[in-house]
Amino acid sequence: MAEYSVLIGGKAGEGINTAGLSIAGLFSRLGYRTYMYFDYPSLIRGGHNFAIVRASDRIVGAHRTRVDVLLAFDQNSIENHRQRLHAGTTVVYDASQVVQAEGYGLPLDDIVKEEKAPPITKNSAMLGTLARVAGIGREVLEDVLRATVPAKHLEANLRVAGRGYDAVEGVFTVEPLDAPALPVLTGNEAAGLGLVHGGLDTYVAYPMTPSSSLLHFLANRAEDLSIRVIHPENEIGVILMALGLAYAGEKTAVGTSGGGFCLMTEGLSLAGMSEIPVTIVMGQRPGPSTGVPTYTAQTDLHFVLNAGQGEFPRFVVAPGDLEEAYAWSATALMLSWRYQVPAIVLTDKTLAEGAYSFDFGAVTEPPDHEPVLWDGAGEYRRYARTESGVSPLTFPGREGAVVKASSYAHDEAGFTTEESEEVIELQEMRFRKGESLGAELATYPAVKTYGARNSGMTIVCWGSQKWACIEAAEEFGARVVQPLVLSPFPVRQWKEAMIGAGRIACVENNATGQLARLLRQHGFDPGRPVLKYDGRPFAVDELATRLGEVFA
Amino acid sequence: MTPDQPPGRLAGGLISPAQNTWCPGCGNFSIEHMMKSAVAELSEEGGIPLENFVLLGGIGCHGKLVDYLNVNSLYAIHGRSVPAATGIRLANPDLKVICHVGDGDIYAEGLDHLIFAAKRNSDITVIVHDNRVYGLTTGQYTPTSPTGFKGRSTPGGITEHPLNPLEVMLAAGATYIARGYTKKVRHLKDLFKEAIMHRGFSFVDVLQICATYFNLTDYYNEHAYEMQEGEVDAGRFESALGKIREWDYDREAPIPLGTFYSVDKPIYEEKFRVLTAGRPERRALVRKVVEEWR
Repeated sequence: MAEYSVLIGGKAGEGINTAGLSIAGLFSRLGYRTYMYFDYPSLIRGGHNFAIVRASDRIVGAHRTRVDVLLAFDQNSIENHRQRLHAGTTVVYDASQVVQAEGYGLPLDDIVKEEKAPPITKNSAMLGTLARVAGIGREVLEDVLRATVPAKHLEANLRVAGRGYDAVEGVFTVEPLDAPALPVLTGNEAAGLGLVHGGLDTYVAYPMTPSSSLLHFLANRAEDLSIRVIHPENEIGVILMALGLAYAGEKTAVGTSGGGFCLMTEGLSLAGMSEIPVTIVMGQRPGPSTGVPTYTAQTDLHFVLNAGQGEFPRFVVAPGDLEEAYAWSATALMLSWRYQVPAIVLTDKTLAEGAYSFDFGAVTEPPDHEPVLWDGAGEYRRYARTESGVSPLTFPGREGAVVKASSYAHDEAGFTTEESEEVIELQEMRFRKGESLGAELATYPAVKTYGARNSGMTIVCWGSQKWACIEAAEEFGARVVQPLVLSPFPVRQWKEAMIGAGRIACVENNATGQLARLLRQHGFDPGRPVLKYDGRPFAVDELATRLGEVFA
Repeated sequence: MTPDQPPGRLAGGLISPAQNTWCPGCGNFSIEHMMKSAVAELSEEGGIPLENFVLLGGIGCHGKLVDYLNVNSLYAIHGRSVPAATGIRLANPDLKVICHVGDGDIYAEGLDHLIFAAKRNSDITVIVHDNRVYGLTTGQYTPTSPTGFKGRSTPGGITEHPLNPLEVMLAAGATYIARGYTKKVRHLKDLFKEAIMHRGFSFVDVLQICATYFNLTDYYNEHAYEMQEGEVDAGRFESALGKIREWDYDREAPIPLGTFYSVDKPIYEEKFRVLTAGRPERRALVRKVVEEWR
């Protein structure tokens, strides 16, 4: 297996994220699969940002602790990462900033001055050194720059990259692979495209890490995708505007994180009662409250499962990589409309802002679902009682129909009711709808498994920790079981997946074992918890060590 | 409606079968019937199809209005109907979207949404049933209750001053601002029609009698007057502001009724129309974005 890890670090505002993506682009160009973990504090300039790019001839979706190349723009990038170095690690640093380090020191201030290039081109110098160290041809380097740098800055970047290339020597050789150069996208970008695949007309959001980049991406590409993107006054306005759009027939999604979702819960409950579809992309980060805002967590599972007053069915899915984020965001939107329930796509900072090679061809095309529409016969009743629990939809503006939606308990026509029998009927109708949704999901891969059955060891995980688990599992020959759908919980698929599970480890980025709690609620044994709650995702090697304690 | 129907027939048909539960003498009846007539007349005279009207309600006595009229409605939640109204208008530019909200509902719980809808010049109409007291929760002070008001949550009387909602709306950017009174029903109906037909954000504060908790009938009858032609230049901010400040919802003063401000400005929803025009096959667009990714 050929694989390489590169860390690039510096101050916020120096373009570390973009530089990391360029590094991923360099490896992608040679046919490698890439993954980038981006670590940054909550500030605009200064501090310490770093990206770890891992490239491999196999699928990767997690980082490892050790790196083969360290590209340091400042002293922190040397000091904070000493534990990542091994005997063969090549260190390249900006000699204008770093006072003490071993490796190749490049006077980047002088270089950009001599080349009359803006300071941001220092990233290209680092990219140039990496290409040379990794035995990657100058033409590949220049190709990557041509694809990513705007035309007016291209020449300066090429010159500075060339200076970097010439300043170091080859250390190892990254052999080109006979594989396509895949684009590198973030989880948010894949989720956004998936929503559009599912029929999205309008995306509404208020900025909040780690979902802001979904708002930015869709806003930037609104014309290309022929969608509206709206940023209202707050998250309450967001979800109400979305419900207004959907009441009038437009497929709408919103995005937020825990704090914003708190504000949306009143609207979520309104969606539950009024049966107006809405899809919510909920990117988790560590709380409580503001918490550790630019880091990661899987701490809001029970929050999204239970948010909103009253009892109503909802769809909750937690994708673990780009292909799942794409397919399940599309599915969430379609099922939300088919069953008139709120749908929640539960991600976290790791998936939302992490970058991965996107194999669009490998996406399992999700089944198409159309909403159930009124046939125009007889008097329209928005909440007509049906066997499936789903009442046919029509929208205001339709001649011959009066469309009355309500937050109150209501009769079939939508008028407020407080009558005992009608209240019971309405509640049972909602539950039938949830059951219909559950039955539909039996045909979906709602629980996925990886590795051989009967190894005697099973790792249970959800969301972004999927790929760290799959890789770590290989060291034990263990099986991995990943529930994608968390509500309605796919009980039958879960039972089937866990036959012969043996010893079980339940891996989660939280302190209490939230998936474990959900499994216990359904009467399943979640095994032993393997938890991490420092705001960082598991590195593969770190997770393997922890699993060793369970499986020893 | 077919043209051979007698006038007024349409309005009669707009009353829903839902049982009316307002107190006898409630000011909401006037608002309900004048909105019913306004919708019927705009439909009959203005050619706006009935199915193109959408009413929204907040939560409070006022909200029941949307149950009582046989018109499309979204009976929303306390203070939150305004952003939903903007969403509806965004989705379908043919719709006439009218929010019925309460003073507690929109000036307390939902003030942020009201201010931002005005700031955006969202093409919706907001009718505030301003009875200056919470009715359905049985008698607490609201943002427009006068100083000294003794409510069940403030038995000693409030020391704060009320908001002048018209002034707030003018500052926020509303492009149509009016005040009506539930005892002047014909005037009220005309204001409703004018507000609904105004292109942009329309705001009507309706002084409404609460027969049970705050009956100001005598006070309003004594002080309220309809503004005459030329009393205010509704196209000028300063003129509107001066007239709006004639009464501040607190001290004793003449209470002008009518249209204070009406100007033409670009509508928020319009700028989004081009984006979704023609409804192209979006999956092909997604494929293109991925294929051309850089």
